[in-house]
Amino acid sequence: MSILRVENLTYTYSPSTPFEHIAVNDVSFEINKGDFIGIIGHTGSGKSTLVQMLNGLLKPTKGKIYFDGKDIWEKPKEIRKIRFNVGLVFQYPEYQLFEETVEKDIAFGPSNMGLNDEQIKERVKKAAKFVGLREELLPKSPFDLSGGEKRRAAIAGVIAMDPDILILDEPTAGLDPVGRDILLSQIDAYHRERKNTVLLVSHSMEDVASVCEKVLVMNHSQLWDFDTTDHIFSRGEELAQIGLRIPQVTSIVDALIHEGFPLKRGVLTVEEAVTEITEYLKREGRL
Amino acid sequence: MRDITLGQYFPTDSVIHRLDPRVKLILMIVFLVFTFITFNYFALGLIAASILMIVLLSKVPLKMYLKSLKVIIIIVVITSVLNLFYGTGEPIFQWHFIKVTYNGIHNAIFVCVRIVCLLLLSSALTFTTSPTDLTDALERLMKPLKVFHIKVHEIAMMMTIALRFVPTLLEETDKIMAAQKARGADMESGNFLKRIQALVPVLVPLFVSAFRRAYELATAMECRCYQGGEGRTRMKQLHIQKRDVISLIVSGLMIAGIVLCNIFLPSVR
Repeated sequence: MSILRVENLTYTYSPSTPFEHIAVNDVSFEINKGDFIGIIGHTGSGKSTLVQMLNGLLKPTKGKIYFDGKDIWEKPKEIRKIRFNVGLVFQYPEYQLFEETVEKDIAFGPSNMGLNDEQIKERVKKAAKFVGLREELLPKSPFDLSGGEKRRAAIAGVIAMDPDILILDEPTAGLDPVGRDILLSQIDAYHRERKNTVLLVSHSMEDVASVCEKVLVMNHSQLWDFDTTDHIFSRGEELAQIGLRIPQVTSIVDALIHEGFPLKRGVLTVEEAVTEITEYLKREGRL
Repeated sequence: MRDITLGQYFPTDSVIHRLDPRVKLILMIVFLVFTFITFNYFALGLIAASILMIVLLSKVPLKMYLKSLKVIIIIVVITSVLNLFYGTGEPIFQWHFIKVTYNGIHNAIFVCVRIVCLLLLSSALTFTTSPTDLTDALERLMKPLKVFHIKVHEIAMMMTIALRFVPTLLEETDKIMAAQKARGADMESGNFLKRIQALVPVLVPLFVSAFRRAYELATAMECRCYQGGEGRTRMKQLHIQKRDVISLIVSGLMIAGIVLCNIFLPSVR
């Protein structure tokens, strides 16, 4: 069932001035409930503008966005409600922390929703658990946390609103490799448990390949393709032309196929590649 | 928040742009002083004509000047009206406590033209001079103040840095505002007190990041061995060119004309 439908979405920055710039141009797609979608594209391809329109922070110059079948800009005064349904975590979200304690900061979103104290407490606890924030950190000042912990606290602040759609704009940027893997698996676990829709904007093809079921590719303000992850990453050469690449393991398997080995195209993770190659070796009787 | 034209640099290829910033700064101050000490229509006309000429020569679209005028139009109207009604002398029109005199009319016209001239001239200076050139010129012109132990270089450096960070902080404000709005912050409705409270989630992160940037910049400057103005050389040397001399002469003639008008032609006061 479709939860979000986008029709002919266009956004122009500083219209009718010399600085006019079309950031998103005539984009249409449909997202099903429970999907885990990756959004990729080179820098300046319109990804960030697109996701800011999806939760009503930017009003599209042209086109419509339907959430649960309803046009989100039908009543402009009630746009805040959409922001609770479509949670957006910005790039480097740790710079938005402001409260005296981590607990209060995570509670900012839920208290804006008008929940009572008990509900808020419950949500803060749950959200902190999802992102792996230890309970003893909650009464601390957010400015005393480490970089990774700050990031987690900020993401928890959006998760605490319990949005139907969670959008994360490069959540792993600037984290160390272990931190990236942990955060990514936590987001994945959150998605599995809540069964909600997650959109992940990322420059890391490995991240997208390991968790996303579908991928939306933006190129020069336009939608290049929106398909399942293995379909997208089986088009390595075309992706390279628009300034993107495929996961390293996918390109290794592609190279083997090029050398004449009969392997499956669109292998996304190292584990998949291992099974694919051992099976081939077994078939050949070399293993 | 992006529509602030006052104090914005507008690069085009014009004579005014290429003038030495020191010359521009001095001429601006001189013209402004004369704008405010003139009580003579001929002299005022001459000043207005010179300023209009500078505006036209700057090759900056007139729209930009009008935009910066728009900001102060209310101030101009209010001060002109007040001056109109508070003139002294014989009233030529009276209705209850409101009276209009010739003196009031003159005052209103003078105040209006003066403010507009002030704004046009200062806009012309900032449109045609980049902030770095401007502070550079200020530093050189204030050099004699060193005698009084005023740290001229440090003041100029602080001004340069402050100007440099205005757009950065504006951008940062936009970003933080968007992030808090995404968490349901309501910045558009409510009474005055509520709106002020709604700014806290924006101001706290903004200050934190401003301090962070300040520390980072200080470290970066120290890494490049910055140690103040003592013994510091410059990449860009300012030299007085022919065009600077010509503009000084033309302006000198204009100013002589203004002085003569003030002396020999009838003043209103």
